[in-house]
Amino acid sequence: MIKHPVSVAGILLALFATAGTALVAVTNDLTAERIAENERQALLSNLSALVPIEEIDNDIVSDTLIVRQPDLLGGEETLVYLGRKQGKPVAAVFTSVVPNGYSGPIKLLVAVHNDGTLGGVRVISHKETPGLGDKIEENRSDWIHSFDGKSLSNPKFSRWKVKKDGGDFDQFTGATITPRAIVAAVKNTLIYFDKHRETLFPNTRKAEQK
Amino acid sequence: MSDVSYGKLIREGLWSNNQALVALLGLCPLLAVTNTAINGLGLGIATTLVLVMSNATVSLIRNLVRPEVRLPVFVIVIASFVTAVELSMNAWFYELYKVLGIFIPLIVTNCAIIGRAEAFASKHRLTPSLVDGLAMGLGFTCALVTLGGMRELIGMGTLFAQADLMFGDLASGWTLSLGEKFNGMLLAILPPGAFIGMGLMIALKNIIDGRLSKRAEPARTPAAEGSMETGTA
Repeated sequence: MIKHPVSVAGILLALFATAGTALVAVTNDLTAERIAENERQALLSNLSALVPIEEIDNDIVSDTLIVRQPDLLGGEETLVYLGRKQGKPVAAVFTSVVPNGYSGPIKLLVAVHNDGTLGGVRVISHKETPGLGDKIEENRSDWIHSFDGKSLSNPKFSRWKVKKDGGDFDQFTGATITPRAIVAAVKNTLIYFDKHRETLFPNTRKAEQK
Repeated sequence: MSDVSYGKLIREGLWSNNQALVALLGLCPLLAVTNTAINGLGLGIATTLVLVMSNATVSLIRNLVRPEVRLPVFVIVIASFVTAVELSMNAWFYELYKVLGIFIPLIVTNCAIIGRAEAFASKHRLTPSLVDGLAMGLGFTCALVTLGGMRELIGMGTLFAQADLMFGDLASGWTLSLGEKFNGMLLAILPPGAFIGMGLMIALKNIIDGRLSKRAEPARTPAAEGSMETGTA
């Protein structure tokens, strides 16, 4: 009965490909909304650890700005989350990148209050050595909290280094490169904020200047 | 279609034909994610799920699929299930999904799955294929959890850390710790630790097998099994 086994096989294969694609499509349809919500919640909980939710009243996840300053912020393009209350700027959260980590770039969230003090810093992703460089993670050590409340004048500008280099920030035993790179990146983010404070919140510029 | 004993299937999956320790399949995820017991468990469960679903499907369509397109069809079936599992984990176990990340899509490349589809499910009825998938998956999971637990304990001095990623807040107190002072042996967490741990597990299994076969049948000539190289020399 089967005269052309190749075409029968081809049709079978096509049927299975269709069925497989259908399964994936249906699953995608069922989960897409939940996945987007998960990602949003994860981002929001990261952001609200840095900029307390009661200090702002806007939707910080979608109130964003893209800036280009690779020499200070690390990435070609840097996404900035803007926190405002009643339209006035409260804090900006930079997705800065540390270009010179020990083994590849380190992605950060750096929250800067409108007065130039740090709301805090968090490491979003990194490839540093487990057990040594990974103490930059919040759940492994308190080190990342040493940035809380700091600014370009606290400590003095010249002390924005690890202790080994004559600065104020701790390094880890056996891992100096990672903390050194992060301290420099946070400092650069603060420098950027200091220079561009006026233009970061485009919609509130006039209000701020009054 | 000879009759198969379920007891034998389970024994094979969990021990004598363990996909990780005997067949040495699926080593990429096995070695990469097992730095903690919970990561191992997460990937193990995902793999088992895919294995059961793909075995079942392959068994159901075994008389339908022409031999020429057998392998492409298996690959389509497996890839579709893996993607579905990945999306579901992303939706319902988001934290764990973030930890396991790239290794869930990599289940597709786990040769154990297409291996069971080809070697077993395509030749057997539905129920034995389901049992086979479950037993092979559980065997793989056990190997992952053991290796993960070993590396976690030696490397970080904890066991079942981050259990809350999988079991919710209820499990946040499950973590066992060797104490604050234990700094861990870094090597165990790094990739070489995975190879060494794996080698030790295979060696241990072969020692146990050797003892068992000696004790059980002293009269017979020593079986050929148990001659597996450990691969860590």
